[in-house]
Amino acid sequence: MTTADGRPAPSAQDRDVILEARGIVKHYGQVVALDGADLTLRNGEVLGLVGDNGAGKSQLIKVLCGAVIPDAGELFLDGRPVQFRSPLDARRLGIETVFQDLALASALDIASNIFLGREVRFQGALGWLRLLDKRMMTAAAQQFMGQLKFHLPSIDSLVEALSGGQRQGVAVARAAYFATRVVIMDEPTAALGVNETAQVLDLIKRIRDDRGLPVIFISHNMPNVFEVADRVQVMRLGRRVALTTPKEHTMAEVVAIMTGATPGNVLREQRGPAQTP
Amino acid sequence: MESRGALRPNRGFGLRSVLRAFTTPTFGPLVVLLGFGLFFSIATSTFLATGNLSIVLQQSVIVGTLAIGQTIIILTAGIDLAVGGIAVMGTIVAGSLVNDGYQGLSALLIAFAITTGVGTTAGLLVSRMRLPPFIVTLGLLGIVTAATRLISRGGAFPVDNELMSWTGNSIRLAGASTTYGVLLMFALYALVWVMLTQTAWGRHVYAIGNNAEAARLVGIPVQNTLLSVYAFAGLLYGIGAWFALGRIPNADPNALQTANLDSITAVVIGGTSLFGGRGNLIGALVGTIIVTVLRNGLTLMGIDPLWQDLVTGVLVIAAVALDQFSRERLR
Repeated sequence: MTTADGRPAPSAQDRDVILEARGIVKHYGQVVALDGADLTLRNGEVLGLVGDNGAGKSQLIKVLCGAVIPDAGELFLDGRPVQFRSPLDARRLGIETVFQDLALASALDIASNIFLGREVRFQGALGWLRLLDKRMMTAAAQQFMGQLKFHLPSIDSLVEALSGGQRQGVAVARAAYFATRVVIMDEPTAALGVNETAQVLDLIKRIRDDRGLPVIFISHNMPNVFEVADRVQVMRLGRRVALTTPKEHTMAEVVAIMTGATPGNVLREQRGPAQTP
Repeated sequence: MESRGALRPNRGFGLRSVLRAFTTPTFGPLVVLLGFGLFFSIATSTFLATGNLSIVLQQSVIVGTLAIGQTIIILTAGIDLAVGGIAVMGTIVAGSLVNDGYQGLSALLIAFAITTGVGTTAGLLVSRMRLPPFIVTLGLLGIVTAATRLISRGGAFPVDNELMSWTGNSIRLAGASTTYGVLLMFALYALVWVMLTQTAWGRHVYAIGNNAEAARLVGIPVQNTLLSVYAFAGLLYGIGAWFALGRIPNADPNALQTANLDSITAVVIGGTSLFGGRGNLIGALVGTIIVTVLRNGLTLMGIDPLWQDLVTGVLVIAAVALDQFSRERLR
């Protein structure tokens, strides 16, 4: 299989690559949000995505999950070129996202939120009448939260009665429950206290190790990223400027690359010619 | 039920759950209803008569039906100020057609189609053009009211048709007399209650009112759901128009003047939040009966009808204030 520019598709090079973005460009009027950004996510890894405010991390993952349609660039899932025109497209292919504002309906209970937009109907005649199997959904939600060892007061609780960390847990559980290829998390620890952060980081490891799903973890909290990430991608000015691991670079070095104090290790020339729109 | 997981369903019957019952959306309105009932039973000798209670239900039929449509719209964080106007249009259309020689059934179906069409128009403007429901329905109220007067040339006229007045026919049920309209209204409540609480559509209605952006992100078809809500409400207003002709076989472009205020009041007193996403349909039924009991009781006491509007206005503001207060306490 070849791509639009005639080069071999990524799968031919590396079967381990689950999700790849190449030369993603996104403009908003005069503002360049993404300026030929790349990303490679491998099987079984947590990829930390770091960058200063406005570096394009959130924009890039919005492209990866279909919430933003890029002006140019290519996406590959399992080596096959894909195009997302809405979050639904990405979800159908198994990419689940935990948005920064969590996308929870706070007046609904936990199970309703986990199955929101993907409610399960009864089998048979009641399903024909489009009636929901609430008992099944509640039981499944309860069992899954148990599997993730994430503690919540009661599955019947309304989300608005939960703490920030518990809400985060519900949103993460929802993504992990439905994802089959990739879980993306946008700043899942930004608003959390120390204990709750530890719980969420635990959840991320469990999704990688127990569910076997690769995770893209966006954060600007270096210690959090260095605790869970297998590899770290540094964004700056809408581009990938460095790709490293917590072993190769220290937190201070990554921060220096983030702020532009030192150059990254990914050169612009490495990108192919296909990225010019 | 196995509950050894991380989560344990919390269904006790302790003091806490009793307290919670007192603050659940339907319990408060029931207390208010009982309070008004008690007051009017003492203040008048006629309120508690079975004949009068049956009349209260019959008087509830129109606002009660309109309140179903109003509820589903308010649940999406919208509002419908055209509800009365659309229902009146339904009565005028159906009445004119019948008087022009149309069959009752076809006249009725055309009227339903037209009220559904008006609802669909509101839905398109709200969902596709993202205009505020308040403005859309206020504009539609003006348009629909003017159109109704143009069709009827400003005057009221009698409607003499069996099907049109059928919902006002009495039947005896368990010793009490009621009308087909009352039974149909209860059936509509049951149907829409199931739709709201037992189907994905209902969940989506709540989620959109609660957090429209979240609804969009989780893949709920927000625009189409909103459209269906307004269109369905339009159909319900058409049915409300049918019930109105059953109560008074007269199509009057100036009728149902208080239906907007009454239906919103019924929904809000019933515990549904004007901010959307919270509330329940049964509350709207209780709220409707509260509004009706209020008007009925004050009439029995011989008080000027203008006071009824005044008290209803006070009631709706009090209910919204209570909702606002309870929302702030949640934070």
